[in-house]
Amino acid sequence: MMAEVPNLVPALPELFLALSIMALLMFGVFQKGGLAEEDVKTSRLISYLGILVLVLAGLLETTLAGGRLVTFSNMFVSDPFAVFCKVLVLIGSSLAIVISQGFIERQHMARFEYPILIVFATLGMMLMISANDLISLYLGLEMQSLSLYVIAAFQRDDTRSTEAGLKYFVLGAVASGMLLYGSSLIYGFTGTTNFDKLTTVFHAGSGVNVGVIFGIVFILAGLAFKVSAVPFHMWTPDVYEGAPTPITAFFSVAPKIAALALFIRVMVGPFGGLLAEWQQIVVFVSVASMVLGAFAAINQTNIKRLMAYSSIGHVGYALIGLAVGNQAGVRGMLIYLAIYLFMNVGTFGCILCMRRGDRMVEGINDLAGLGKTHPMLALAVGIFMLSMAGIPPLAGFFGKLYIFLAAIEAKLYALAVIGVLSSVVAAFYYLRIVQLVYFSDPEEALDRPVSRDLGLVITATGLIIVLFFVYPAPILSGAAAAAAALFPG
Amino acid sequence: MTQFPILSLLTFLPLVGALFILTIRGDAEVVARNARNVALWTSMINFLLSLFLWVNFDSSTAKFQFVEESQWMPAFGINYKLGVDGISMFFVLLSTLLTPVCVLASWENIQARIKEYMISFLIMETFMIGMFCALDMVVFYVFFEAVLIPMFVIIGVWGGPRRVYAAFKFFLYTLAGSVLMLLAILAMYFDAGTTDIPALMTHRFPAALQAWMWLAFFASFAVKIPMWPVHTWLPDAHVEAPTAGSVILAAVLLKFGGYGFLRFSLPMFPEASVMFTPLIYTLSIVAVVYTSLVALAQEDMKKLIAYSSVAHMGFVTIGTFTLTVQGIEGAIYQMLSHGIVSAALFLIVGVVYDRMHSRDIATYGGLVHRMPAYALVFMLFMLASVGLPGTAGFIGEFLVLVGAFQVNTWVAALAATGLILGAAYMLYLYRRVIFGALTKDSLKAILDMSPREIAVFAPLVALVIWMGIYPSPFLDVMHASVANLLTQVQAGLDAGAATAVAGR
Repeated sequence: MMAEVPNLVPALPELFLALSIMALLMFGVFQKGGLAEEDVKTSRLISYLGILVLVLAGLLETTLAGGRLVTFSNMFVSDPFAVFCKVLVLIGSSLAIVISQGFIERQHMARFEYPILIVFATLGMMLMISANDLISLYLGLEMQSLSLYVIAAFQRDDTRSTEAGLKYFVLGAVASGMLLYGSSLIYGFTGTTNFDKLTTVFHAGSGVNVGVIFGIVFILAGLAFKVSAVPFHMWTPDVYEGAPTPITAFFSVAPKIAALALFIRVMVGPFGGLLAEWQQIVVFVSVASMVLGAFAAINQTNIKRLMAYSSIGHVGYALIGLAVGNQAGVRGMLIYLAIYLFMNVGTFGCILCMRRGDRMVEGINDLAGLGKTHPMLALAVGIFMLSMAGIPPLAGFFGKLYIFLAAIEAKLYALAVIGVLSSVVAAFYYLRIVQLVYFSDPEEALDRPVSRDLGLVITATGLIIVLFFVYPAPILSGAAAAAAALFPG
Repeated sequence: MTQFPILSLLTFLPLVGALFILTIRGDAEVVARNARNVALWTSMINFLLSLFLWVNFDSSTAKFQFVEESQWMPAFGINYKLGVDGISMFFVLLSTLLTPVCVLASWENIQARIKEYMISFLIMETFMIGMFCALDMVVFYVFFEAVLIPMFVIIGVWGGPRRVYAAFKFFLYTLAGSVLMLLAILAMYFDAGTTDIPALMTHRFPAALQAWMWLAFFASFAVKIPMWPVHTWLPDAHVEAPTAGSVILAAVLLKFGGYGFLRFSLPMFPEASVMFTPLIYTLSIVAVVYTSLVALAQEDMKKLIAYSSVAHMGFVTIGTFTLTVQGIEGAIYQMLSHGIVSAALFLIVGVVYDRMHSRDIATYGGLVHRMPAYALVFMLFMLASVGLPGTAGFIGEFLVLVGAFQVNTWVAALAATGLILGAAYMLYLYRRVIFGALTKDSLKAILDMSPREIAVFAPLVALVIWMGIYPSPFLDVMHASVANLLTQVQAGLDAGAATAVAGR
């Protein structure tokens, strides 16, 4: 008897992406290369095609919106939650390619593999988000991680970049190991790796024993590493600082969103019944991330390191939503992630504008006096920083609003109070950048003009951040529908 | 009822002006001139439009008027809702009046980055008006906190030598207070199921919850108003801010706190308000007495006026929590008069600061010989600040004391000492700056006020005398709303007592 052909429809965007990657790879290999200009030309072409592929995948994805579809022997699921998160990831990845191109050309690292690796990582992320089984979860995660390790070290002749890649790889491998070990424990104690079956096993807090708890803790540790939550955050500042800037931008959005989506799916899906068991762990991780993100960033002088701590803090806020563990919490978290995506890409767009001659500068003091030399860029930096600090009417405030809404509803008052107070501390370092930009006098101006790609990305994300409050309904309802999908009935 | 959305227009017209300024291009001279003109015209038109509110205001009802409502975040039942009543209407007018005054006052003394300066002021006006008009907690909070951004920029960019420190202190103090309020707002949302302010006013919160939420709101408003001991940001911010920044800060931003107590703390948490009244009285009296004494010792004119603001705001909080008609109307009146008087006093300091670039009292002396008009204006506002009958300051303080006397004679007696101390430090200031022989060489050539400066002061002079001599037009507007507020508080207290009895 012939094996049954699985239903391919739910995985259509992923399949499309996989085939396109192979085609692009072939295309790149057979392009005339060797000379520097030819390489640049190829890489530019592949970048544009890569963006096109991501956009098309996004469009395909939206056709799947609506119901819940499973395929590949129940290992792959496509539901509104997955669609929402994948669209965010696809936006993040394509924006990352857009803001990369100028940088990689200037830094002589314009090789056509660069966009392809990003698209490859994106494919891994989409598989992660759609995982409905511990096995497919692991496969997606590793596919993503391996691509990321390579991109982190993409600037081969730069020691910082290679160091970042290696560090990321070693620590990432440890995390993957923990995750895998946790999965094996779960499998050993329940006899299944499938999320749907696990959900039934753990329904309403049944089926708990020490082995399962250990397994969950290991899985949590592995996932906390991937989202760079305290106490598994140590790699983040080094990798963020060492990796080429556009790659840091990519790291800070797409993989983070994917990993948080995976975090949500695993914790509220199969282990949702065991909320009482893991809630305190997530609460701790969330508090620790918020507090560390707020205090450790104060002393940073390198903007990329600062952004690393800032992202640790933001993950802490997002995890409040998970700690709540109900539909409102997940909804708040998804809104937060959507806003965080635009905020962060925009900020990194601004950081990519920081160069003098062909040298990138990364000290926050290099931003001094930007308000006088580059008024529009300064305005954008100001907007993004204040939005990150969560000051209304900018979008960042609304992200926090819905998160705290969920926390208050679930009566996690202590968590909410610590959250808002650490946001005041965090406001200090965001304001410090605003201070440098507007209150200080310029020492040495940054280069002008800002390249067209960057200008477009910064303008678009800036407008989204500023105008979010005018018409918030689309993101809110999208997130609401996505969250509802995880809580049937 | 569909009507012309006058409040939205008032709120967002300055923003349109700011966007317009943003598009101005050309060489520096042209940009500066156009930015000033656009800012002035926008704010003037806005002021005239706001008069329409007063003319059409129906003072016989306590209902919110000119209400507009539209869906904003339907999934959460949070709506964009604006409206004014007798309590908030004058604050809107105060904001619209002072913005053109500030623009005019900054006509010449701000030369650097004039475009950004005017944009900041117009954006600030939008947020201020929106704050006073908001009838939804989330809308309120957005405006309430958004004000920090333009003020931070104004202090930080155009401020004095310690501007960075002052700007940070201002921002972080107020932010720390208001985030706790945000949590309380969310808790209220879950208890009442709405963020609609009129609905929340009639909702009865459980007594235990009331205490917590009252404290959270208190954290925000006490910093904003500011009450002792969280007032320390105010002298710094005032001293470092440019003149117009100090004006807006003293005249409008401080009122956010007093307005917040009236709009939220009293009607929504009546039991907690009564419970915490002794705390308010204590802190207010300390503020009145202590900061008056501190003001007496100041060498810096702006700092002196800043401390006097804290003392005057002490009267406001006392009046608010007397829960008497006189006390509350006095508190509102005191806020309005302080809005005009302190604005004028900061402008007065600004006049000589522009000439001498010093705020030290010791720099001056004998100005009356060279600047008679200035001396006259200064005297009027100095006396208004002291609370001389016939000026706006008197009515407010008198009403507050009447209200306080009915409730607690000790509070009234101690607060009244503030009047004496106030007279002491203001007269002392006036003597040192204006009177005496003109001995300092640097002052020998100082010029009296220019026509532009007179134009800045003229409306304020007229208002302060009008409000002092004939307060009825102002008080009449408040009556219905204040009476309604007290009914709401009483109803809340009665209901609370009833449940307490039933639970026994």
